[in-house]
Amino acid sequence: MTQHTLAVLVEDTPGILTRASALFSRRGFNIHSLSVSTTEYEGLSRMTIVVNCDRHPLEQVTKQLNKLVNVIKIVEMDNDASVRRELLLAKVKTDAASRPHVIQTAELFRANIVDVSADVVVIEATGKPEKLDALIRNLEPYGIKELVKSGTVALGRGPRSITDRSLRPVERSA
Amino acid sequence: MTDQMTGAQSLIRSLEHAGVDVVFGIPGGAILPAYDPLYDSRRVRHILMRHEQGAGHAAEGYAYATGKPGVCMATSGPGATNLVTPIADAHMDSVPMVAITGQVATPSIGTDAFQEADISGITMPITKHNFLVKRVEDIPRTIAEAFHIASTGRPGPVLVDIAKDALQNEAPFAWPNRLDLPGYRPVTKPHGKQVREAARMIAEARRPVLYVGGGVLRAGAHQELRVLAELTGVPVVSTLMARGVFPDTHPQSLGMPGMHGTVAAVGALQKADLIVALGARFDDRVTGRLDTFAPDAKIVHADIDPAEISKNRQADVPIVGDCREVLADLVVAVRKDQSEGRQGDYAAWWAQLDRLRTVYPLGYDAPDDGSLAPQHVIQRLGEIVGPEAAYVAGVGQHQMWAAQFVSYDNPGTFINSGGLGTMGFSVPAALGAKVGAPDRTTWAVDGDGCFQMTNQELATCAVENIPIKVAVVNNGNLGMVRQWQTLFYEGRYSNTELRTAPDAEKVRIPDFVRLAEAYGCVGLRCERAEDVDATIEKAMAIDDAPVVVDFTVNADAMVWPMVGPGISNDNIQYARDMAPDWGDDD
Repeated sequence: MTQHTLAVLVEDTPGILTRASALFSRRGFNIHSLSVSTTEYEGLSRMTIVVNCDRHPLEQVTKQLNKLVNVIKIVEMDNDASVRRELLLAKVKTDAASRPHVIQTAELFRANIVDVSADVVVIEATGKPEKLDALIRNLEPYGIKELVKSGTVALGRGPRSITDRSLRPVERSA
Repeated sequence: MTDQMTGAQSLIRSLEHAGVDVVFGIPGGAILPAYDPLYDSRRVRHILMRHEQGAGHAAEGYAYATGKPGVCMATSGPGATNLVTPIADAHMDSVPMVAITGQVATPSIGTDAFQEADISGITMPITKHNFLVKRVEDIPRTIAEAFHIASTGRPGPVLVDIAKDALQNEAPFAWPNRLDLPGYRPVTKPHGKQVREAARMIAEARRPVLYVGGGVLRAGAHQELRVLAELTGVPVVSTLMARGVFPDTHPQSLGMPGMHGTVAAVGALQKADLIVALGARFDDRVTGRLDTFAPDAKIVHADIDPAEISKNRQADVPIVGDCREVLADLVVAVRKDQSEGRQGDYAAWWAQLDRLRTVYPLGYDAPDDGSLAPQHVIQRLGEIVGPEAAYVAGVGQHQMWAAQFVSYDNPGTFINSGGLGTMGFSVPAALGAKVGAPDRTTWAVDGDGCFQMTNQELATCAVENIPIKVAVVNNGNLGMVRQWQTLFYEGRYSNTELRTAPDAEKVRIPDFVRLAEAYGCVGLRCERAEDVDATIEKAMAIDDAPVVVDFTVNADAMVWPMVGPGISNDNIQYARDMAPDWGDDD
């Protein structure tokens, strides 16, 4: 099984998140991460879905997803041809002795300290999922009290946009 | 402004714009506003059903008979949840249907209000699409989109759930001229290169088969199919969903493939070197054990739904498109190949298949206790009533016999629940089919188990003057389950006896003849082979009332041939413990 990242352009309608995510579970897939946001067009949202599965079942679920009326377009974000990023917030235990080491670790990963209190700091970091995993490994010895990640978002490299030519209305024959 | 109207009026006006002439439904609290303007509509006839499940199946039957979306209507909560089964049925069999449900008023949504159920959430996985309408202004556009989605592409059920206050509020009426559905663009025109490749493979094949499914019926492509079949000389198998699309009387027809298919049809797929699948989906009931299905065959798979292609069996030539366009283009491509001298030679293949047809025809043994053979009843029904009538089956043994022993020559004359296998489908679907085609003789072919699930719709038939005819193939048991208990559970008949056949004291519970009479129908009974013809003719002579015939039949009759569950089609049994000789060397 390999990890795949899908960018799914959808109409911003009630229930679309349920429709899309339920389809994955109904067909037996576990979603690794899912993030949704608005886009450069009003009324269009974009989901970034990361799943672990083989190629053939991925094609099948992509076709099923494409059949949802509110789904406009699905593009697989190839690792080499896309920029993939994730945001992490972590609450790390510190005391007077460990604090400089924690701050130094954060700096090494170009992360920011966004909150400080007597015995914890909150670290904010962005980057590829692999980089954030490495940061977590380096922070774990100090004690991570709480951790949250945004899920991956991805954008294809180069001049093309997946929203181009997606918004033509349908002419009805009857 | 005269066009200012309530949401309820807007809904009925929208249905009229969408070309609806019949709605099957039951009123209730949340949908009640819609029933008031419906009372005045001169274009839309509402048929009051006795159960919402019946309304849904009637809408399906209507869709089969007319090709237009069937419409059913119910109130919120239990009314809506009672539609779940027919919606799922329509989803599995790609039946165009629009289901309209009332919902509690917007401020009450999410409060567990009286008769509230999240029907759009519940039906999400079993509809092609669904809508929850909260604003009166959205009603016409939503109805227009619902009919467009239900009837185009791969057809299917669309549910429109409308909040009660949206039905009561007022807004100007505006029917949309164009629809804004950027995510819905079904591909109907096939790719020319793929079609030419398919034609080339047909010419080069030695053992090709046309595997025809319900998509050909939905596309109205029976004429194009016949042209292609006759042009190429390729044998045709038609699935349960496609019975009648290719005439059974045609010399190239091998009948139905699958679990209870003919030996010739199952053998043809199994031994083929090329399968041209048209609007079929390689269902498990057709393929048997998938990894042993048609091991030597290349696959051309044409379907309007890209998700069906290579879902179960990898396609060598995928063709996305409407079957009618695919077939028309394929005919052109084949003609061109033939004009250039490329044509298949299938003489040896036909010799092999003709032998299977001759040695292993469909048949049955008459019961040795003198009781009535169910197959005989259905065979005579088909012969006496003829190929112009519609036959609407329930689910089980009688359904398989109806698929096997009636000769279908016209598309849409066999109507049944294929994918979902919904017991209780027959009577309400026959009702809907009769409403859609009033001049066509319509026979429900039902079992005693199925019949008891939805026979209250006989009241609807009697009251609304919908003179369907019902042949209850009454073996006093859940026959197909009993057959499996005979074959796979050492004859331990756990919970399959229904007592609708007479016991030692001649008591039947219920007595279907008296039940029919109580419902305002004519009830007839037939228990002996020599009475079958006269009983059918008597039923045929009655055209002013629904007729129910209780054919009390032998309980031990089984459906053959059979590919057991989970086994290979290679191991089909022609009759119990009797494997066919395929006549090949391997």
